[in-house]
Amino acid sequence: MTKQVRQLDRVVIRFAGDSGDGMQLTGDRFTSETAQLGNDISTLPNFPAEIRAPAGTLPGVSSFQVAFADYDILTPGDAPNVLVAMNPAALKANLADLPRGADIIVNTDEFTKRNLARVGYDSNPLEDGSLAGYSLHPVPLTSLTVNALAGFDISKKEAERAKNMFALGLLCWLYSRPHESTIQFLRQKFARRPEIAQANIAAFQAGWNFGETTESFAVRYEVKPAQMPPGNYRNITGNMALALGLVAAGVRSKLPVFLGAYPITPASDILHELSKHKKFNVTTMQAEDEIAAVGAALGASYGGALGVTTTSGPGVALKGETISLAVALELPLVVIDVQRAGPSTGMPTKTEQADLNMALFGRHGEAPAVVLAACSPADCFSMALEAARIALTYRTPVILLSDGYIANGSEPWLLPDIADLPDLTVTFATEPNGPDGRFLPYLRDPVTLARPWAVPGTPGLEHRIGGLEKADKTGDISYDPANHDFMVRTRAARIEAIPVPDVTVDDPDGTARVLVLGWGSTYGPIGAACRALRQRGLAVAQAHLRHLNPLPKNLGQVLRAYDRVVIPEMNLGQLAHVIRSRYLVDAISYNQVRGLPFTAAELESMLEEVLKNV
Amino acid sequence: MSETSVGGPGRLTLSAKDFKTDQEVRWCPGCGDYAILATMQSFLPELGIPKERIVFISGIGCSSRFPYYMDTYGVHSIHGRAPAIATGLATTRPDLSIWVVTGDGDALSIGGNHLIHALRRNVNIKILLFNNRIYGLTKGQYSPTSELGKITKSTPVGSADAPFNPVSLALGAEATFVARAIDSDRKQLATVLRAAAEHQGSAFVEIYQNCNIFNDGAFDILKDPSSRDAALIPLEHGRPLTFGRENQSAVVRAPSGFGLTVRPTSEVSPDEIIVHDETIADPAYAFALSRLPQADLSHTPVGVFRRVSRPTYDGLVREQIATAAADVTDREAELAKLLNSGDTWTIL
Ligand SMILES: Cc1ncc(C[n+]2csc(CCOP(=O)(O)OP(=O)(O)O)c2C)c(N)n1
Ligand code: SF4
Ligand SMILES: [Mg+2]
Repeated sequence: MTKQVRQLDRVVIRFAGDSGDGMQLTGDRFTSETAQLGNDISTLPNFPAEIRAPAGTLPGVSSFQVAFADYDILTPGDAPNVLVAMNPAALKANLADLPRGADIIVNTDEFTKRNLARVGYDSNPLEDGSLAGYSLHPVPLTSLTVNALAGFDISKKEAERAKNMFALGLLCWLYSRPHESTIQFLRQKFARRPEIAQANIAAFQAGWNFGETTESFAVRYEVKPAQMPPGNYRNITGNMALALGLVAAGVRSKLPVFLGAYPITPASDILHELSKHKKFNVTTMQAEDEIAAVGAALGASYGGALGVTTTSGPGVALKGETISLAVALELPLVVIDVQRAGPSTGMPTKTEQADLNMALFGRHGEAPAVVLAACSPADCFSMALEAARIALTYRTPVILLSDGYIANGSEPWLLPDIADLPDLTVTFATEPNGPDGRFLPYLRDPVTLARPWAVPGTPGLEHRIGGLEKADKTGDISYDPANHDFMVRTRAARIEAIPVPDVTVDDPDGTARVLVLGWGSTYGPIGAACRALRQRGLAVAQAHLRHLNPLPKNLGQVLRAYDRVVIPEMNLGQLAHVIRSRYLVDAISYNQVRGLPFTAAELESMLEEVLKNV
Repeated sequence: MSETSVGGPGRLTLSAKDFKTDQEVRWCPGCGDYAILATMQSFLPELGIPKERIVFISGIGCSSRFPYYMDTYGVHSIHGRAPAIATGLATTRPDLSIWVVTGDGDALSIGGNHLIHALRRNVNIKILLFNNRIYGLTKGQYSPTSELGKITKSTPVGSADAPFNPVSLALGAEATFVARAIDSDRKQLATVLRAAAEHQGSAFVEIYQNCNIFNDGAFDILKDPSSRDAALIPLEHGRPLTFGRENQSAVVRAPSGFGLTVRPTSEVSPDEIIVHDETIADPAYAFALSRLPQADLSHTPVGVFRRVSRPTYDGLVREQIATAAADVTDREAELAKLLNSGDTWTIL
């Protein structure tokens, strides 16, 4: 039977199932196939808070959302057009996010009385008409898979477990995705158990064939490749990009990289990834706590390595005293904060951007540090290099903010040429720099205002540094009032003077009167909202900050060029506070702290209101 | 920063003077820290390690001012964190001789966690704990080594905290080198420092240090000529554990329990007397030794309790790196390979 093929410009699919159903893997594979096809993509996983919540329950639902399109997209989509629900819990947990008319593919085998009761369904939603507004595709995924694998010498349980590959095969058929890389992937993943590999491949193919033959799918879809800049691409998550950026920083600086870290969600994956890259002279240390982690990183920096520590908000709180020490010692240190919802343990698997205040101000004394924020998964790579560049050049702690949304979300990344990456070569001090052959550890470079980096082992430069206030130039302990005043101001001034790129404004026809200013992971949703408004003929400008301290020098001028400035943040207005106090601009602060990224739709309607009133 | 051995005797001729800085020493007159500093400055030249390869890292406290007075590399860091900072440095810089100077509050209170973890990892650092059984710098509060009932500014009717025995603690953390010395006995202190310097891995040295301002005379029983011989048990590898002016006391197995005890030498047969062996793998022996002191510090062993060999954390980590990096010739090409790994696609 030949099926009708329909063209779409954009599709959002959410794979949802029990934690044990392999939904993350299914989503990953679908994403990979989609990327091969040249669509632009954006993904967002949603992990259950518990490691092994009881099977079939609402807290045990794990999902993976992927958006793909024939144009460049900025977010994984506000709402899915397609939900794949592997059990009643997955249906129940996700239904509210679906617009009417969306496709729902359900695994009917799991809709047993017991499973329905477990999540509080009094009647079977597949039969009671409650899903009438949707396009429902009931598929007995488990039994079809088990039947398809009847000839394999594997247990029933193993056969059942391949149902996610059946679902993947079906979806690949439905959206005309290629499947070579999945077959190759399965061969590799189960290389040591060829029988399992074959069974999974067979399940995948059975799913594909099922689509081809069943009546329940009359139409097949295509999404044409997007126009993207030429080059080699790979799909990348923010955490992976941070790890690769740090490896690249080591290569480009020719320094050993030392990561001190203590496991914490959602930052642990950076530690896991970096620990695989020892061949690049990257040392990872899982320390006894966050304080030791940053201490060891600072000790490594003192010895001439690039010291890095990665954590989330609670860890940054513990590291504060050592970051202040790094401010006083004026040594390079990269601190990465993958933010999560707080306060306290908060919602560790949920996103938020409420650590900005802590990054900017969360230390004792006048302790200025550089603060940066990545705006998308792929941007994490560039920002890791930028953090290293500033830390190494200006001998200062740099706090780089990411968050759970971009840490686990992914997008295509145009792979850079190594030669185009910034040159991070450093020069260590080798000679005394003072009159009479003395070494002055706090005699500054006239341009960067950085002090010399004199690593132990350098003859003739023996010196002592520490957290006690130091006399200008000599670095000797000093309680002199005027010296302290001078040193405090110098530390502030040298950070403020670090050159950072001007902020650019996206204002296509130059007529906008309202500017939306963002930072961090809100880049995607804000951008998508602005585009939607422009498509409707409404002018709005977007500017996004990646440098939060020091701020771009042109920011004041940019802000004053607009009648209204709106600052959406996943906190209660932390950047807005800075902007208002620093530039005396009466910015509108728009906030949401639900542990979820903004949807483009909510920003669009909020901005529409603002536009009406200018 | 290649893997080279640190020092080697006779390669350099430095003197104590070379290790002095131009900074005025600011401890109270009479403080035990002076004696330790002087011993360190006159002992270091023996090691033949060039000054630039020696690093002192300290926390916060009177004792932690030490690095300012040593003309080597030095970091006066923050309270309790010196072992962590030193671990990062030692892991990346095997060519350095790294010494941590800490106090009883610094090492055992705020920094207790870092201390035990540095010791269990067996990082190649030497940790000198100046134990004055008081918080000196903050002017006289009781510390984690102060005796139960101690009257101080913060415990006007006596402390209710049971103290740590630092040597027992270090042994519990399975430190590979554990020793005790006394500030005023420069010869014995130098002997212990020498052994610590030669040790591969973490060396933990507790140094009894008099704070003549806030806890004067805390160790007098071990110093006063009239009491010291009966109170001190000098540890010498391979020698029977007898002590006292006439060797009238001996260390033997306790008749009940698991430990050791002190008996009059005349009442035990010679083969009952424990012969000191620093190299016993099981820390239980050294631990039993560490439990001998009484509340008044009589029967305090001084010298090296334990000296065993175990791979160092930093050595193992560097080995992993060296193995992984062995066949990388072009790091940029390797990086390009890494970035391009996984599922990639090309847009023309
Ligand atoms: C985070 C922090 N808390 C408290 C202090 C105050 N403080 C400085 S030294 C010290 C205790 C030092 O005692 P000890 O380690 O025994 O050193 P000593 O002065 O006796 O040599 C304290 C509590 C500090 N500097 N930093
Ligand atoms: S207070 Fe005590 S420990 Fe501190 S310098 Fe004075 S005597 Fe020494
Ligand atoms: Mg003390």
